[in-house]
This record gives sequence, structure tokens and C-alpha cells, in this order.
Amino acid sequence: MTESTEFRAHRSGPARCVSAYGQEIVIACALVALFVVVSAINPRFLGANNVNTIVSGNAYIAVAAIGMSMIIITGHIDVSVGALIGVLATISGTLAVSGYPVWVAWTLPILIGAAINGVVGALVAYGRLPSIVVTLGMLSILRGGLVFVTGGAWINNLPPSFQLAQARLLGVPVPIWFMLVLTIAAFLWMRNTAFGRSLYAIGGNAEAARAAGIPVERRIVQVFMIHGAFAGIATMLFATQLKIIQSTVPPNLELTIITASVIGGVSILGGTGTVIGSTLAAVLFAAIGSAMIFVNVSAYWLRAVIGLLILVTVLVDMARRNREFRGSQR
Amino acid sequence: MSALVALSGVSKSFAGVRVLKDVDFDVRPGEVHALLGENGAGKSTLIKIIAGVHAPDSGTIRVGDEVLKAVTPRDAARGGIATVYQELLLFPELTVAENVFLGHAPRTGLGTLDWQAMRRTARQLLDELDSPDLDVDAKVGTLSVANRQRIEIAKALSQNATMLIMDEPTAALADADVRRLMAVVKRLRNRGVGIVYVSHKLPEIFEIADRVTVLRDGALIGTRPIAEVSEASLVAMMVGREIDHLFPKPEPKIGETILKVEGLTYGSRVRGVSFELRRGEILGLAGLVGAGRTELALTLFGITPATAGTIEIDGRPVAIASPRQARSLGIAYVPEDRGLQGLVKPMTVAENTSMAALGKITRGIFIDFRAEAKRALLSIKQLGIRTRGPAQVVGQLSGGNQQKVVLGKWLEIAPRILIMDEPTRGIDVGAKAEIHALMGRLAQEGLAILMISSELPEVLGMSDRVLVMHGGRLVTTLDRSEANPETVGAAMAGASHSDVAA
Repeated sequence: MTESTEFRAHRSGPARCVSAYGQEIVIACALVALFVVVSAINPRFLGANNVNTIVSGNAYIAVAAIGMSMIIITGHIDVSVGALIGVLATISGTLAVSGYPVWVAWTLPILIGAAINGVVGALVAYGRLPSIVVTLGMLSILRGGLVFVTGGAWINNLPPSFQLAQARLLGVPVPIWFMLVLTIAAFLWMRNTAFGRSLYAIGGNAEAARAAGIPVERRIVQVFMIHGAFAGIATMLFATQLKIIQSTVPPNLELTIITASVIGGVSILGGTGTVIGSTLAAVLFAAIGSAMIFVNVSAYWLRAVIGLLILVTVLVDMARRNREFRGSQR
Repeated sequence: MSALVALSGVSKSFAGVRVLKDVDFDVRPGEVHALLGENGAGKSTLIKIIAGVHAPDSGTIRVGDEVLKAVTPRDAARGGIATVYQELLLFPELTVAENVFLGHAPRTGLGTLDWQAMRRTARQLLDELDSPDLDVDAKVGTLSVANRQRIEIAKALSQNATMLIMDEPTAALADADVRRLMAVVKRLRNRGVGIVYVSHKLPEIFEIADRVTVLRDGALIGTRPIAEVSEASLVAMMVGREIDHLFPKPEPKIGETILKVEGLTYGSRVRGVSFELRRGEILGLAGLVGAGRTELALTLFGITPATAGTIEIDGRPVAIASPRQARSLGIAYVPEDRGLQGLVKPMTVAENTSMAALGKITRGIFIDFRAEAKRALLSIKQLGIRTRGPAQVVGQLSGGNQQKVVLGKWLEIAPRILIMDEPTRGIDVGAKAEIHALMGRLAQEGLAILMISSELPEVLGMSDRVLVMHGGRLVTTLDRSEANPETVGAAMAGASHSDVAA
């Protein structure tokens, strides 16, 4: 192939697009197909209210999955994020009922999330501990600590102004705005800045990244802190949905978040993927869950369907890597 | 006495590359036969053919009285051939006795394991190996490398091995353990066991070998009684005499000293190395495997920062504690293992090329993709990288082209000192010549190059001066006019016997 054709292909071109964003396109198509099929069976599925509910109610998962995707792209994992969201929600609610201004109750958890995960990141980067071990430990600490402090009690009497997730802007629920803006901003940040590039490099080959002068340890701490901040923003959307805050989060929340990243095309081995894929996948899960209700299939099948999706995605990822590897043997 | 095993005319190819060419080799009872050669010479393939791991493409192998086309693991076991590999194949959670008898444990009349016999026999075997201190009930995972090796040997003996192949047995051992192993090897030889001893360490070979065989590029260079060779002659046999004239070296324009290293030390790997590197100079760094050359490069580049000594650049003392600092001082390092420290394989040619110099193509906080692609294209053109373009994933390129991408990445920072570790290892002849031409050109433009190479022709052909290391120390510095296979070879063999015996 000549240089000129390739140069063009590098800029845009559908071929380049499909090879670079294959998984994202697959998920988007699956989402469209799901809406078409389900609304053909039950037209009410496509109603604006239902779509808003599906997306808005699960936007916090997509937001948390943005941070998770960054962590996985860097070659790490965080299994404590569900517990972290639970702790931050309780902190947020406690601040709100104690009379602090709502904006403090909304934003302080973001800083606390970043701080807690900064410690995790430091243990991973400088302590040279595997991230799965550190975050498993953190999972127990946060979950146990939460039950100990709250005694399992729920927080009631939240001021009405606290209900950010119920608010709308230009007719669209606020959580959807957060999800869209953060996804696009994070995508551009990851793709277009030296910082984002360094995360892909570390996930692809940390030794080579270090040899190229990238401060690997510092970046790991930073990405964990950013991920903690996204967990804080997710908390802001999650905790403000209802008039109460329970001392628990949905079961397997961390797994749902990790799954969104993986199905969205972020390789579990690190180095590839985008946050657009994880957001689309988070929306897809929510849509599948709702669709099951609309077509009268037991919601208990949701987990099984998602599990199947994980296996298929990982198999496809492995197949793609093998193909690239064989390509290198020519 | 007739040989235990005799190979004649054995050849073997992997994926079209001949790794053994028409080799003859034999082992007699009660002798230590050393097998020597640089990396990639074919030693491992040869021992694996004897052990029954690989089947040769042609030639015959006689085991005892049987003449075979290929040895199967079963033939090897029947012929009493056992191998102690470099990476020991033991089960850490099992005890010493269990490991020794794994797969051929003694049974009781009822068919269950006979623990009594197993422990007793293991004890006997270990005592014979001069290891009465080893507990047969200890878990192998808790033992030192030296002890595990003795267990492997005991395992071989428990199967009545008459021939033992040892692949670099002392590579991971401390001096005291090396001496103990030597004693064990001598004891086995006196019992009539034939031993194939693969090692890079010449002093050891002079201490225990009866005969020595040298391989180079898969060909048999010669088999000699140990009394007929010297360290220098062995090195000359290993690295070859002919210098091919493939090295287009332009007239160097050597300038002022840019890098001055004094007493540089990193643990026991690099010991008090001092040298100077000048602008426009290609300084060759020769030595046998394990001489400390790569370690020296890693220390200069800040991956394993120096524990003692000084480094001066342009006459100013500098501290290099990380690759990041080395980079900002204008030092670039093209590593020995491209896959490990050179490339991020899932990334594209453009992304790899810009990795060390992203600052140059960043506007505000954003990467300028157009500038990135443009620079990558320039690099592709200048270095002659054969790729579909900047957007191709580097993992898909051939070895030589990957090497050029690594080089291109470092040229992006406009380095003043370029360290190249085995710049042409594992790449084809054409790409090799291109990289050599490029090195010559870069040096002419004033770049100071430190080139580590295990290929003597490359060292002699490319270098303006040659440094030779041995055992972590700089042994000598030779001018281009003084450097020839004999002088460099003698220096590579190092100071000698005293060094290892110490």
C-alpha cells in the first residue's frame, strides 16, 4: 500500500473507524436492534418516559464505568468501587440531613472518593501490590466499615433540594446530561492528551512506557484518584434518586460496572478500549433489563444474559488478539 | 570404551531456519563433555534432541546399541539419559522424597506407595550426592536453588541414569554452591556416568571437562580434549574468525568527549567501570553472556540506578535515577529485548514513534494528530521501515522493522548519546545491513553511540574503539587498529581461573 492512501486512512475513513472502534459499533448496533425488536412487540417500550427512566436510572453506572475503564486500560482493576459508592452515598446523605448546603453534600464525596482511591493507587504503584488484592481488601474495609458506622440504618428526611437525579435540564433528566458530557469529555481526554496516551502505553507495556520516560507510578496513582472522583460523581447521581439512602448498594454493583467496561470493548488485559463503549454497554444492560419486563420474560434472566455477553465479548477480544499476533509472525 | 550416545550428521530446522547443521557429537561413560557456544548456536536444540524433546530432520542417533532416527522420551529413559534443565521442573508443594520419585515411586505389595522405601532411598541418593543436610520430608518450595538442583540430580540417579545432561547448571548459583556442584559432578564421573555440561563459564569448563565441543550458528566447529585448548582459542572458536565485510563504515568524525563514566557500579553486576564516549564515535562493548554489558547499559539509562561511581555529561556531573532523567539528558536506549522494553505492541507505529517525545507534538494539552502522523511518516521514510503506514499496529511488523520503530522512537528526542543493546539480534541479513548503515550515518552526524553486541564481526566491523567486559568489570579498551578476533577474544575470556575459583 502506498503512503498516501494510508495517510488518508489514518485521519478518518470508515475502514479505520471500524478497526479502531469495532466493539463500540457492535454495542451501538445491538442497542438499536434491541429497541427495534422490543418496541415491535410492545410499542410502549419506546415511549419517551420509559427511555428516560431506563437511561437516567442507570446513568450512575455508566459514569462509574468511565473511571473503571481508565483503570482497566492502564492494566489494573478495582473491585471495591461498589462498596465505595455505598460509603460515599451515606456520607453524602449524612451531610445533607445535617444541614450542610446541598452542593457540599454533592461534591465532598467526589473529593473523598479521590482521596480513598489515591491510597489504593499508592499501594498499587509504590507498594507493588496487585490491584485486585488491594481493592479486595478495600472492598471488605469499606463494606464492613459502613455497616459498623450506620448499623444498617437508612437515612430519611433528605431535603427535597438534594434530589439532583430527579431534576431536569431542557426536559432531559440531569443524570443523562452528566453521562453524556462526562463520556465525551473523558473520551477526548483519553484520546487526545499525552496523559490519556500514557495510560494506554502503561496498560500495553508498562516496562516500555517507563523506558520511554513516562512516570508510571505517578500515573497509576493519578488514574486511581480520577477513578475515585468518577465514583464520587456516580454517587451524586445514585444517592439523589430516592428520598432515602440505604446503607447498601445494589448487589454486585462493582461487577456490573466492570462488566460495562469489558463489554464496551476495554480489554481486560489493558492497553485498548474507549469510554464510549463502556457507556453504551451500561445503557445496553439497562435496556435489556427493561426490555425483559416489557416482553414478559423473568428479570431473573438478566444476570444470565449479561454473563453470556461477557463470555462472548472476552472470546471475541481473545480472537482479535490472536489474529494480531499471527499477523506479527509474517 | 564405546560411547553411551553418539549423534552423527544431525540437522534440525525450525520454521525454515537451520539451527543445527550436520553435527556429530558423542558422550562416553565417565567423562564430562562440555558443550559451548554463544546464544543461538544450537546447544539447547542439540541437548533436546538427545533428551528426546525434538526429533532431528536428518542424521542418526545411537543410544547404547540401538541406532535411531529420533529419540523418544521413552528411548531416553531406557537408555538411562536424564536432563537437569536450567529451569528446574520440580513441584514446590511436594516433599523432597516425593519429587525424587514422582512418576516411579516404589510400591508395596498392595499397590500403594511405599513411603518407607521412598524416604530411605531418597536419603541414600542424597547422601551419595554429599548432601546429608537435606531433609527428605522438607517441601521443595522452601529450599534454595542449589538444593533443588541436587534434588533434580537425585531424581535422575533414582532412574538409574548413566548419562546426565546439565544445562547451565551454575547460572543461578553462588560461588560456594558452584564448588559443591563441581564436587558432585566429579563424583558422578568417577562412578562412570557420562555428563554433558553446557555452560558459558570457561573457568568451570577447564576445571571439570574432559572434552569440549564448540557450536557456532548451528555448525560443529570442533571437539577437542581439554588439554589441547586455551580460553582464548575456545573464544575464537565460539565467535568465529572471519569478519565479513558487510560493514559500510564511513570515515568517523570524532569530536570532544560527551560522556565520562568513572567507577560506575551496580551491586555485583557492574563493578567500577570507567570509560569515555566521544561525539561521532561508535564504541563497541564486547563480552560473553553475563559479563555485565546489558547491566551497564541499564545503569547508564537509569533503569537500575548506579550504586556508586560518577557520570559526567559535557564535563558536568549528573545523577541518573530514572529513564526519565536519562531522556532529559539526551540519552536514548534501544533495548536488547524489543518486546519487553522497546515497544507497546497493541499501539500503532505513529503512537510508538512519538511515545518518548510527545511534548514536541502537543499543542496546549492536546496531541496534534496531524503532526504526529507527519513525524511518523518521516521516520518511516528515513529509516526505511516497511509498514502499511503510521496507523499500522506495531505488533504486526517483522522483527527488523520493529527494531527500526524503536530506533525511530528514540531519534525523535534528538538524542546525543545512543545506547544500542544487540541492535541486530534476531533480524534478517538485509535489515541488519540497513541498521548498520544507519548507525554509521548517525555517528557521522555527531551522535555518540555505545553498541553492545555478542557478534564479534559486528563489534569489529562497526566500532571505532572496543571495550571488553568480563565478570562485571571492564577488562580492556582496544583501538580499532588493535581490535581483532584474537585480542578481543582473549579479553572476553577474562582474567581467568582465579576469578571463579575465588
